[in-house]
Amino acid sequence: MASSDDSAGGGHASFYEARKGVYPKAVDGPFRRFKWAIMAVTLAIYYGMPWIRWDRGPYAPDQAVLVDLANRRFYMFQIEIWPHEFYYVAGLLIMAGIGLFLVTSAVGRAWCGYACPQTVWTDLFQHVDRLVDGDRNAQVRLANGPWTAEKVAKRGIKYLIYLTIAFWTGGAWIMYFADAPTLTVDFWTGQAAPVAYATVAVLTATTFILGGFMREQVCIYMCPWPRIQTAMMDEKSLLVTYKDWRGEPRGSVKKAQAHPGAFGDCIDCNQCVAVCPTGIDIREGPQIGCITCALCIDACDGVMKQVGRPRGLIDYCTLDDAAVEKTGGAAKPVLKTIFRPRTLIYFAIWGAIGLAMLFSLGQRTRLDIAVQHERSPLYVQLSDGHVRNNYTMKLRNMETRPRPVEIRVSGLDGAQLWTDRGSRETAAQRLTMTLAPDSVTSVKLFIAAPGKGPARQDFTIETRGLDGDPRADSDTIQFDRPETGQ
Amino acid sequence: MAENKRIDEATGTSTVGHEWDGIEELDTPMPRWWLWTFYATIVWGIGYVILYPAWPLVNSATEGVLKWTSRGQLEQELAADAQRRAPVVSAIATTPVASLPGKPELMQAAVQGGAAAFRVHCVQCHGAGGAGVPNLYPSLTDDDWLWGGDLDSIEYTITHGIRNPDHGETHFSLMPAFGRDGMLDSAQVADVVSHVRVISGQEKPSRASTRGAELYEANCAVCHGPAGEGGREFGAPKLTDAIWLYGGDRASITAMVDNPRNGVMPRWGGRLDPVTIKMLAAYVYSLGGGEALAPALAAAGEGQGADGQQ
Repeated sequence: MASSDDSAGGGHASFYEARKGVYPKAVDGPFRRFKWAIMAVTLAIYYGMPWIRWDRGPYAPDQAVLVDLANRRFYMFQIEIWPHEFYYVAGLLIMAGIGLFLVTSAVGRAWCGYACPQTVWTDLFQHVDRLVDGDRNAQVRLANGPWTAEKVAKRGIKYLIYLTIAFWTGGAWIMYFADAPTLTVDFWTGQAAPVAYATVAVLTATTFILGGFMREQVCIYMCPWPRIQTAMMDEKSLLVTYKDWRGEPRGSVKKAQAHPGAFGDCIDCNQCVAVCPTGIDIREGPQIGCITCALCIDACDGVMKQVGRPRGLIDYCTLDDAAVEKTGGAAKPVLKTIFRPRTLIYFAIWGAIGLAMLFSLGQRTRLDIAVQHERSPLYVQLSDGHVRNNYTMKLRNMETRPRPVEIRVSGLDGAQLWTDRGSRETAAQRLTMTLAPDSVTSVKLFIAAPGKGPARQDFTIETRGLDGDPRADSDTIQFDRPETGQ
Repeated sequence: MAENKRIDEATGTSTVGHEWDGIEELDTPMPRWWLWTFYATIVWGIGYVILYPAWPLVNSATEGVLKWTSRGQLEQELAADAQRRAPVVSAIATTPVASLPGKPELMQAAVQGGAAAFRVHCVQCHGAGGAGVPNLYPSLTDDDWLWGGDLDSIEYTITHGIRNPDHGETHFSLMPAFGRDGMLDSAQVADVVSHVRVISGQEKPSRASTRGAELYEANCAVCHGPAGEGGREFGAPKLTDAIWLYGGDRASITAMVDNPRNGVMPRWGGRLDPVTIKMLAAYVYSLGGGEALAPALAAAGEGQGADGQQ
């Protein structure tokens, strides 16, 4: 039984811990600037991508990236994906998964530290905090202070900015699902679909809450990815490491001057803790709360420069290198760490999937025929002794232009084809028709053949473009006759 | 046992006062969210009892303020659906059936509506998909029509039926029972059957068929045509083709000459509304055997969209 004295406050143990406020201090350095760059690029992609235009001719939308759920099309620059080609999206997801393996085994939790939306938006919101409330100390003072008029005003302004960003984030999301300029006008004139407003509302709320308030708690308590990553990292993965063999025991510059040799390089200035966006102390070793954003490296390097000691007391380092450095050896060059068999294998798999997808994208037919035999009735006796079978023929023209095509059968002697747009008088061995752009044409197909023949016969129906594109598609179907017709 | 209640040190919660072999039970209060949810369901339940049918009585249940019933809801939904279909239905109502193929969207709606009505009223005889039943009911999917296979003829046949003695406009004809009524003796019947099997290409000409040709000329040609081409004004089937409603072998044809069947079909004009009949005609027409319209009507109906067909 837990004794009552192991918690200071209420006299009984709590299973929950209240969030301790995190007020990261502004810092500058190469990693901070790298983070700025990634934030600028990722946010620009997210907000700007739907506004890029891409001319596809008169029969398809001109938005470069568009997930057209209503019409079941996915456009990405010159690639257009139909629902039955969804395996390309699955392939992309597999590539994304293996890409994360690759990145994690090479450079640890770089995804968490730089590119994860939670990190990027939290970073953005923390800049808003600094903009409105001031840097770390001012933020702490304001948080602990009473609710003065100033605090109310500052909180109001801050939450308003949060909401604006959150709304913009939700608003940008829906632009991927409809023509962006049209949707913008529709949205503000109340003409957009209810689901658009609902999506914006939900994403505004989640961005406001996750970015404005939950922040590092999402990474530490909610997100499965840190746990999965822990399983994928090995002793050769780069980690943000406090080099305790160099830093310990800690002591101020004054103490170190008074007792030369008694203290390590760490002057216990707490700057690494102050700048940490998740509020951890990296000097306690690798931990789940560390997203490896490397801001503590920037902070520590700055301090080391001021006190005239070499940089890198906190630095990217593998566990192997840490063991070597502890015994006075030299770390392996970083490129050697990154390009090792494991990462190269991941990269090979990742690249192979990508190349295979590109190859199959180049080879795929943009014309598709699927013919279904009608079973009620299986066959129809015609008055001239022929037998007719009925089919439903679906022709998919996946090009964004109308296409003249021909349909012909092989393996069925004396076959005559016509559709519900014609009649037997116009029937011939081959049909031609013009397919509407980017659509499925479904017609009733009638095939008549002489009544003498096998009761059940497989034959091939093929469609081919008449506009110079030689790629064809075919289907094998069945022709039925009465048993007595043999 | 209540006197054994005490405050548990670790959690600050009271125990229930029981103790089994030194094991005590905490009297942890229900979580507040759970309680509030529970109270909310009570409030909701009261509201439900007031608004909707709830308490079972002897013959029915309490009605509820909203007077909601599942039958009433169904009626509403049916009315709403009728409302939704109204534009198409009225468009079909005002369009002559022969003009439907010229309006592909209307034709498609008519074919779909007809397919639904066909499954209710027609499949009992004509079979699923209009395939017919061999030796009993005609197939509607082939290119052989007794009373005409263009849209107007099909609509007329469905509306007025076949051989309805109490209806003036019905299709009517009666093939005499040549054998039963003694108009031809059995040898003569056999000769006629031989002739019919010759003109349909099932037998080689013989002396019997030559005799039969004369008898055919005298007795059959007036309805079935001199060459056996059939006559639609009498519903007389073509005798030269490969389709035999009641069988094309010698025994079947003999039975028909002896004692013909003269099949009937109910008239649907009084039972189904004109729009449903139009849709049925469109559906039957679309099964594959639909015939082109007579030239005068073809101009009005604008043909059947030969676009795309070369």
